[in-house]
Amino acid sequence: MNAVLEVSGLNIGFRQDGQDFSAVRGVSFTVNKGETVALVGESGSGKSVTALSTVGLLPDSAKVSGSVKYLGQEMVGASQAQLRQVRGNDISFIFQEPMTSLNPLHTIERQLAESLGLHQGLSGTAARARSLELLNKVGIREAESRLTAYPHQLSGGQRQRVMIAMALANGPELLVADEPTTALDVTIQAQILALLADLKQTEGLSLLFITHDLGIVRRIADRVCVMQGGEIVEQGLTAEIFANPQHPYTQKLLAAEPQGRPDPVAADAAVVVEVDKLRVWFPIQKGFMRKIVGHVKAVNEASLSVRAGETLGIVGESGSGKTTLALAILRLIDSTGRIAVLGHDIQGLQTKAMRAHRRDMQIVFQDPFGSLSPRMTAAEIIAEGLGVHGLEPGRNRAEMVSEIMAEVGLNPAMAARYPHEFSGGQRQRIAIARAMILRPKLVVLDEPTSALDMTVQVQIVDLLRDLQRKWGLAYVFISHDLRVIRALAHKVMVMKNGDVVEAGLGADVFANPKTDYTRALMAAAFGDNFRP
Amino acid sequence: MALSPLNQRRWRNFKSNKRAYWSLILFAALFGLSLFAEVLANDRPLLVEYRGEWRMPFLKFYSEADYGGDFKTEANYKAPEVQCLIISGGMVDCFDKPDEVLSAIHEGVYGDGLEGVKLGSIWWPPIPYSYNTINDLGGQAAPSAPDAQHWLGTDDTSRDVLARVIYGFRLSVAFALIVTVLTSVLGIAAGAVQGYFGGKVDLIFQRLLEIWGGTPDLYVIIIVFSVWQRSFWILIFLMIAFGWTRLIGIVRAEFLRARNFEYVRAAKALGVPDLVIIVRHVLPNAMVATLTMLPFVVSGAIGSLAALDYLGFGLPASLPSLGQLSRQAQQNLQMPSLAFTAFFTFAIMLSLLVFIFEGVRDAFDPRKTFQ
Repeated sequence: MNAVLEVSGLNIGFRQDGQDFSAVRGVSFTVNKGETVALVGESGSGKSVTALSTVGLLPDSAKVSGSVKYLGQEMVGASQAQLRQVRGNDISFIFQEPMTSLNPLHTIERQLAESLGLHQGLSGTAARARSLELLNKVGIREAESRLTAYPHQLSGGQRQRVMIAMALANGPELLVADEPTTALDVTIQAQILALLADLKQTEGLSLLFITHDLGIVRRIADRVCVMQGGEIVEQGLTAEIFANPQHPYTQKLLAAEPQGRPDPVAADAAVVVEVDKLRVWFPIQKGFMRKIVGHVKAVNEASLSVRAGETLGIVGESGSGKTTLALAILRLIDSTGRIAVLGHDIQGLQTKAMRAHRRDMQIVFQDPFGSLSPRMTAAEIIAEGLGVHGLEPGRNRAEMVSEIMAEVGLNPAMAARYPHEFSGGQRQRIAIARAMILRPKLVVLDEPTSALDMTVQVQIVDLLRDLQRKWGLAYVFISHDLRVIRALAHKVMVMKNGDVVEAGLGADVFANPKTDYTRALMAAAFGDNFRP
Repeated sequence: MALSPLNQRRWRNFKSNKRAYWSLILFAALFGLSLFAEVLANDRPLLVEYRGEWRMPFLKFYSEADYGGDFKTEANYKAPEVQCLIISGGMVDCFDKPDEVLSAIHEGVYGDGLEGVKLGSIWWPPIPYSYNTINDLGGQAAPSAPDAQHWLGTDDTSRDVLARVIYGFRLSVAFALIVTVLTSVLGIAAGAVQGYFGGKVDLIFQRLLEIWGGTPDLYVIIIVFSVWQRSFWILIFLMIAFGWTRLIGIVRAEFLRARNFEYVRAAKALGVPDLVIIVRHVLPNAMVATLTMLPFVVSGAIGSLAALDYLGFGLPASLPSLGQLSRQAQQNLQMPSLAFTAFFTFAIMLSLLVFIFEGVRDAFDPRKTFQ
């Protein structure tokens, strides 16, 4: 028997306000030595809770029953001392957000040394030597100089590498990775996955991998457990599950990929927005007199034009200036360069004059949790724009709100509910309804699908395409997900560090990427399936 | 008004914290009672029946002449002459031998001149002294120890301490509430403007606040009170002038954080005016952090009032103040009842407030789970 982790009949419930809420029901699986097991499921399926329960990291309000055995040792109901022995020593964790998992006030060396001192009693030069070795192992270049760096001085990928180094510090048997690549750009994601696969080989690690991304599962996992609503609905070897999914939910997950290609645009379609040499430069000031010594070029000389019924996809990694460009087009931040909407130059207009144009241009944000005010009902949120721009003549507010809710696929009976009573996909529909109720001509979509589960993403993409068809909308669609862009965008613009590195028709860019950067993005996004 | 689900949850959470819930009930009861202090403790009767006519002297002025006496000044209801006049319905004998007349009426043997006159009656409040009644202690030295007449004794000018505590409690809480509400409104408004607009507005405002914060408030209070007479409202004004900056920091921080939230951006993209965004979208978020600060503002206001009174720079000496009671306790160590009264009044009042606000803070904490 070489099972490292054996979970059988695990139940986890939470108790709040006198009500019990069951998060995980009857979950059983094993992780064998040197094996990678992936827990796959959409948000709320109980995968993170399952992982946290293995070393008793759940909050006090959780009730755990069943059995979790680490190398034959029962972990459910074990004493704090026993659990501490296992935590960090034998079972290590990597979390999703490398920014918040590291203490921003301590250097990398200090954080690594803390763990080494705690579990192995290493200190001084011995700890330093071990830290260096670990950083080299996780592929951090110039490790020696990086030891004294603070977390904010590292990039996202480097921070995640440091997290992995910390997890490896005490030679664990089992590494639990909870969405370790979700917050990273696609090219970095690929590197981290390669690193994990490599480490598994060299260190003989077992890996419990939690993710919602099936592409990653296919690349890294030996076996898969598919979770839905707190239960494992299907488990088996990765290749078998991908080739021959049995459970309908697994089939649905696998089929969930944005389908189709954009509709052709009418040749005589009017230009809705035209941007010429747009710049967003933030000055760098130095010295007593605040002399401007240079600029951070967030967006540099971007030009674009979108016609009615057309979608412009803007792709690029985080920090490439995509969102800044979108905010500048809507005049939500200051910029220089010409911006014309429906033939009117709106650059430099005062707030009052600008308000008249706001009706024609709307934005939908990435995070459906953050973009809705938690203290307003769905109807109040959707109708907010009507309060500014007035109702359509001869109609009342409630009527217009129900009409738009039906149009975006929400039940108008839910209008009086608050955002937290809706699911992520429904919230994104509310955000879309808020933008659409003013009947805009231009909608800027800032990563509208990336915070959503795959199956919901597909629905939102379909909804956006229907709305575009019906109202002849011009979209500026920002995403790092090239699959969504390919399904929606007529034109594609690739941005890097504020510069537009490539722009052209969608089909051309996908078929024949001109720059190395675009090629790298595509290779990372489509993986082995990508044929240029 | 129906509570939103969120507020219903908060109310449930608050109620499930037994200590906070009972503190709230107790405090509300005490403060509610003290609002009717005039009915509880007063040196004028609540009701007087004079020749069949009902009068409410604690609300309305009646001169002694109204009861058949000589003086046009307010009737002194404590005087046996006045009591005799009221009960007998204005007998002339009351001026000479009121006690004899009263006891005779009581025994039913007094007859002459009473035919056809309805006997009167006097209804006193439970504590027949007001906060400023100077009592005749019958030769005892003031301050006097607790006894049957004065349940908590009297202070150094022989005023009833229990009456002073009741009025003083009301004054302290009212003072604290007025100061808290006004400083909060000013502080939240100023913090909101600084945080929301940021940039130069914020920079200039912050520097002004630093200068203002450096002003020594105690000296200003002493100087102001040496020019004008000490009064309740001037003191409130001064407390607000030096207290309104307390909430600015936290509200400003919340606004700085929230002004880049996506729903604020979405509202800007819709063209919603700034004032509406501040009130409708950002302020509700800042309120939770503000609420956790409020207990310190309330108990701080009570504490500063007590300290100023104790030092003699606070309310006018004529008003019933708890700080003044502490001062008397210190000056009259031979009468420990004063010190005990002051201590327990403050301890109970501040503990109840702390328990209540602790419950409020926990109820607003989304991460705190209640079994």
